[in-house]
Amino acid sequence: MINIDWNSFTPWTALSGGVLIGIAAAILIIFNGRIAGISGILAGLLAPQKKETLWRAAFILGIVATPFIWSSFATLPAIQIDAGYPVLIIAGLLVGIGTAYGSGCTSGHGVCGISRLSLRSIVATISFMLAGFVTVYIVRHLIGA
Amino acid sequence: MKFSLVSLISGLLFGAGLLLSGMANPAKVLGFLDVTGAWDPSLALVMGGAILVGLFAFSFAKKQTVSVLGFDMKLPKTTAIDKRLIIGSIGFGVGWGLAGFCPGPALVAFGAGETKAIVFVAAMIAGIAAFQVVERKRRTG
Repeated sequence: MINIDWNSFTPWTALSGGVLIGIAAAILIIFNGRIAGISGILAGLLAPQKKETLWRAAFILGIVATPFIWSSFATLPAIQIDAGYPVLIIAGLLVGIGTAYGSGCTSGHGVCGISRLSLRSIVATISFMLAGFVTVYIVRHLIGA
Repeated sequence: MKFSLVSLISGLLFGAGLLLSGMANPAKVLGFLDVTGAWDPSLALVMGGAILVGLFAFSFAKKQTVSVLGFDMKLPKTTAIDKRLIIGSIGFGVGWGLAGFCPGPALVAFGAGETKAIVFVAAMIAGIAAFQVVERKRRTG
């Protein structure tokens, strides 16, 4: 039984933010011929290849600088992090190792891969989505209950 | 120069999209992943919006051998659906479900100066680096 939380549902900002993400990925592939896969770009910075470092650093810098630029024009949207430090460290390690082992994350597989109609990326996206659903179910409704 | 400038612009727009959409807020991400609780479906629309644009961009890109600016078109060639892909993705999904952060949003929150995001990003980078060390050892045997 699905119970939608209508008070939290923000369809227009979600959709327009998504379109903006799509435009960002489109710009990178059309002008530069590169995939906007954030975990892959980070991994590439840690194991640098010739001529592939500067664009990666510039892309990551862009993402990291966004809140600074945003807050000079408007109020920064809420960033609420409820997890404690031990959980954050375990989660960070899992996200790092998992995306490296599985060759991608929400951006590389989820956005770019599905847009390419790659079956491999569709399988990856289903895998991490289901794992996310199950994890939240266990944490909130089995342990937290 | 152009190559890096385009990347910087792409990164900035990507980050802005993450902030606008609510994806950079772990509480909202967990609300989306909580399908059996009070479910917030917003983030399905983030993926939908991004893929809608992406479908056009990638169908164009697939037909090119070089990018509009003349750089080589690097589209992934791997099609394997193997143990690494699935186990890696599941591991990532568990981490995502624990903290509500995937790599992009974590970097945005890091940029916003959130201490917890800084810790998460440090652990994430340590995870990627550890993986690379193990892989290099495995290859050189």
